[in-house]
Amino acid sequence: MLAFIISRILQALPVMAVVALISFAMFAYVGDPVAIMLGQDFTEQQRQALVASLGLDQPFFVQFGKFIWNALHGEFGLSYRLSRPVAELIEERAPATLELAFCAALVSLCIGVPMGVYTGLYRNSWLSRFFLTFSLIGVSLPTFLIGILLILVFSVWLGWLPSFGRGDTVQLGWWSTGLLTVSGLKALVLPSVTLGMFQLTLIMRLVRAEMLEVLRTDYIKFARARGLANRAINFGHALKNTLVPVITVAGLQLGGIIAFAIVTETVFQWPGMGLLFIQSVNSADIPVMAAYLMLIALVFVTINLVVDLLYYAVDPRLRVGGAKRGH
Amino acid sequence: MAPLLEVRDLRVEFPTRRGILTALDGVSFSIAPGEVLGVVGESGAGKSMTGAAIIGLLEPPGRIAGGQILLNGKRIDNLRYDQMRRIRGREIGAIFQDPLTTLNPLYTVGEQLVETIRTHLGLDGAEARKRAIGWLEMVGIPAAAQRVDSYPHEFSGGMRQRVVIALALCAEPKLIVADEPTTALDVSIQAQVIALLKGLARDKGTSMMLVTHDMGVIAETADRVAVMYAGRIAEIGPVREVVKHPKHPYSAGLMASIPPLDRKVEHLAQIDGAMPRLSAIPRGCAFNPRCPEVFARCLVERPALLATGATEAACWLYDAASEKHAPEAMRHG
Repeated sequence: MLAFIISRILQALPVMAVVALISFAMFAYVGDPVAIMLGQDFTEQQRQALVASLGLDQPFFVQFGKFIWNALHGEFGLSYRLSRPVAELIEERAPATLELAFCAALVSLCIGVPMGVYTGLYRNSWLSRFFLTFSLIGVSLPTFLIGILLILVFSVWLGWLPSFGRGDTVQLGWWSTGLLTVSGLKALVLPSVTLGMFQLTLIMRLVRAEMLEVLRTDYIKFARARGLANRAINFGHALKNTLVPVITVAGLQLGGIIAFAIVTETVFQWPGMGLLFIQSVNSADIPVMAAYLMLIALVFVTINLVVDLLYYAVDPRLRVGGAKRGH
Repeated sequence: MAPLLEVRDLRVEFPTRRGILTALDGVSFSIAPGEVLGVVGESGAGKSMTGAAIIGLLEPPGRIAGGQILLNGKRIDNLRYDQMRRIRGREIGAIFQDPLTTLNPLYTVGEQLVETIRTHLGLDGAEARKRAIGWLEMVGIPAAAQRVDSYPHEFSGGMRQRVVIALALCAEPKLIVADEPTTALDVSIQAQVIALLKGLARDKGTSMMLVTHDMGVIAETADRVAVMYAGRIAEIGPVREVVKHPKHPYSAGLMASIPPLDRKVEHLAQIDGAMPRLSAIPRGCAFNPRCPEVFARCLVERPALLATGATEAACWLYDAASEKHAPEAMRHG
């Protein structure tokens, strides 16, 4: 088990190294930081001094090594746009995005899985047909449109929920949370639903397809022949066997939710990392972009590791080494 | 003795886009307590279908369209799903063909046994686990107390089929429907599994319906045998009689096609032609296009099972009213 985790972490290292190289390369090839920082009016001496202080006169590998070293310490330099440390900016913004992503994932799993099980079990009922049609809408409508429609209905017409922002937040150490106040929770609803909609329909359709597949297997037939209760068969035997593909997709989707919350955050003016990123792209704020890139890579690598560990927990056939074959 | 299971004039249909297919037509037989009934026939003859109808698990859209199935004198073919669920496992156990796919890969064999035992016998967890280990011992799993916590993939095919047998028997049903229980196993393992099944059924006084296309297994295990053809029973009777003196031309062909062990033969006997598709069963006797002894009546009227000494055969040769007589003279033996 421990050996498995270590081997997966070792496999993740080259991935992170390549992403770091790409992030680093942005400094060298996307714009000239010295020109950006100096502005219009400067002497050759000032330029030389800045180049030396940024370490840009040193060889490539020394610079790259320094970049990695700083990154490991959470230092990505100053934002060109806001002239504040990047780490600080991300620290401020990350809780908003992570809470939003977490709620969206929760919404998509808690609604998508039961809907998938239902449509798999009763595939000819009118409710299943309704769910399937509804899921087609969820898959095909673009996120920004869903967001705007939800704002129109629930904020403008009904006035139930706020149309933008995070509401009141409470500071827990460096983490600012909106989960502890009523206005914070209310503000979470529309963005979570918007962000989770696509995942919800995807998970529903995946669970449905897997259920249909599993319900045809011999071990489900045998479970019926043993006279087990329907609930035990449908949830204990059938649903559990659909989990491996569902975990894979849900895991990758969670990474996607965090990384690409950009559209939803823009629609709802959600003060998260996505909004920060889009603003940084607009003003070529390379340190922020580089840090964001590396952070997202780290998120994906971590989620993949967790997904692998969950496989391990769900499917005993993958637990190599511990198994001894009998004859 | 009153029969444990009685099947009367069973008819199973599959509605399809091109009309209704009749998979079983007028199937009647009974199984006495403690008796082993073998069911043989070619693929598609309706052997497994009969078993599935008895345990109430016909694949939709298949449905029982006529006839009755009685267990201990009570009809079970018209029960609601939940009532039938209490009978499955508890009164009628089932064993399927492929032990590699019949066990849920995500649960240990102990968990699957305990779940079945608790569902039907209402025991607490510890007692059910004790029984589970007892059953694994009974089906010949070595070191059962340790192996109870193993997953199905940690067992070989033969061992898995033993686990399946334990699962089918663990709620102590009175009847076992075994659908080709040895077909997927190595030949060397087949005999062991059959001996185990036979021994357990005898010890517990369990009746068995043994579906197979292996005449050797039937001859060794069954008390009586039913020969099926195109969804109908062609002949039914004591195993010795049917094997040694088959009355129906189809059974005779089937027995003749078993390779003899005591002498060398150039060519195995075979029955020309193939079994008709369900959509194209001929009028009269379903076997008439392939029958070497066919005569006019066979092409028009469908024969019912007729008593012919020790066995019953669905063949006009044995009806005194048939134009063509003297069946004894026509037989070779």
